[in-house]
Amino acid sequence: MKFVTAIIKPFKLDEVREALSEIGVQGITVTEVKGFGRQKGHTELYRGAEYVIDFLPKVKLEVAVSTKLLKKVIEAIEKSAVTGKIGDGKIFVMDLEEVKRIRTGETGEDAL
Amino acid sequence: MKKILSKFSLAGLTGLLMIGFSHIAMSEEMVAVMEEVATINSGDTAWMIMATILVLLMAIPGLALFYGGLVRSKNMLSVLMQVFVTFSMMSVIWVLWGYSLAFSEGPYNDYVGGLSLAFLSGITGDSISGTIPEFVFVTFQLTFFALTPALIVGAFAERIKFSSLLVFLAAWGTLVYAPICHMVWGGGIISQMGAVDFAGGTVVHINAGIAALVGAIVLGKRIGYGKESMAPHNLPFTMIGASLLWAGWFGFNVGSELAADGTAGLVMINTQVAAAAGVLGWIVMEWISKGKPSMLGGASGAITGLVAITPACAVVGPLGAIILGIVASIIAYWAVTSLKISLGYDDSLDVFGIHGVAGIVGALGLSVLMSSQLGGTGYGDGMSMMSQFVVQAKSIGITVVWCGVVSYILFKIIDVTMGLRVSEEDERTGLDSTSHGETAYRS
Repeated sequence: MKFVTAIIKPFKLDEVREALSEIGVQGITVTEVKGFGRQKGHTELYRGAEYVIDFLPKVKLEVAVSTKLLKKVIEAIEKSAVTGKIGDGKIFVMDLEEVKRIRTGETGEDAL
Repeated sequence: MKKILSKFSLAGLTGLLMIGFSHIAMSEEMVAVMEEVATINSGDTAWMIMATILVLLMAIPGLALFYGGLVRSKNMLSVLMQVFVTFSMMSVIWVLWGYSLAFSEGPYNDYVGGLSLAFLSGITGDSISGTIPEFVFVTFQLTFFALTPALIVGAFAERIKFSSLLVFLAAWGTLVYAPICHMVWGGGIISQMGAVDFAGGTVVHINAGIAALVGAIVLGKRIGYGKESMAPHNLPFTMIGASLLWAGWFGFNVGSELAADGTAGLVMINTQVAAAAGVLGWIVMEWISKGKPSMLGGASGAITGLVAITPACAVVGPLGAIILGIVASIIAYWAVTSLKISLGYDDSLDVFGIHGVAGIVGALGLSVLMSSQLGGTGYGDGMSMMSQFVVQAKSIGITVVWCGVVSYILFKIIDVTMGLRVSEEDERTGLDSTSHGETAYRS
């Protein structure tokens, strides 16, 4: 099993969710986050006072998937989240040791 | 037909009465009574009651939201409180001694009124001021007295001690506002010179702007000023506040005519177009110099245009009002974005940069724009553009010196006795919870 974390542009969230549903992903977790990468921040001006906004708002989504679905998941996120402009985000993949569904006690891929 | 008949009979009756009266020698008392009855004008009175409520809307919620949106979220309630409570406290002081010091005659009548009208003694529901009940005049002027100190609050927002603020403003209203108001509108030296200040350029805006500048300098900068982000926490509030100020300003300016007449109409159109021109002037400046026109810029421009037209609104023409609005917002934009930074004071919400600077532009600018060749109403007897300019400059000078010196002394006394600022820890935490024990927003 794999654990996929993706940082995406906030307005792309709906498209990414739809793309993941289409390939059979049954649940995702979404968090509003702030951060910076190559896009860096931007400046805002208030009556001449200039403030550098270092951290830009992004959405972080987390998906636990079976290893055989991983390729499709990465592809789906990549295709639906891309704009081609700086700041599109990143996808991180980690091994996932164990999963347990709290309600039924199922474990492993059955619990996904 | 019925109507015509009744009109005829009414005319006949009036005629008969007139003939009857002409044969009776009226006693002097009767004449006096008739004159008094004739002087109340219900149209004027109705308008002035409305105008008074419009000025109240300017202050709360207008000014409170305009300022509140500009501070950080941890200080939102503190600013709302400062405006709300200042407005209330000054209302009470106005009745106790403020009105008397501003509008009664006193032993030092060139500078300040006396105490003969303290507690509004002697004023009743039958008292008349011009064509309106005196209580309406008292309440209308009360809103000016209550609004002006609330303007000053913006200069030291986010760091002043609430109790010290109230003590300062109570003293300031008594020792600065009331005398200046008397000098300009109560028959004191500024009005004797022939200075024009229709709705409060010197009394309200220059006065508040100078006190704000002195306050910002004496209190010192906010902790982290220039290093940490102090970006406004809610510009939509600021936009709503500015819009309420704009709408309420019709009460302020048009109401200052104290009547619903032709001049009121001139003041109305001038107020509207000066505000609009101020918006355009400010955002064009931003567009040219920084690349993007901003909502805060638009709101700031509107207030700037309104401030500038305040002293001038009854003496310039609509084109003059547009010119005044644009020129004021260009100069105020420079004051807020360059002058403040080069002088290094922290006037949190730019009270001096907007009210002080645009007030001065309006007070001086009207001496040019009131010329009848430029669409204005023309100069008074024996006055010319040059002499009017000199008189306006003198009236500004008196206001700046009086307000500056007295404000400085008051701030220093309070600083030594009560302290002006909250502790560093309280300032860091935010005044909402540390001064008022509540928070504006819960997540």
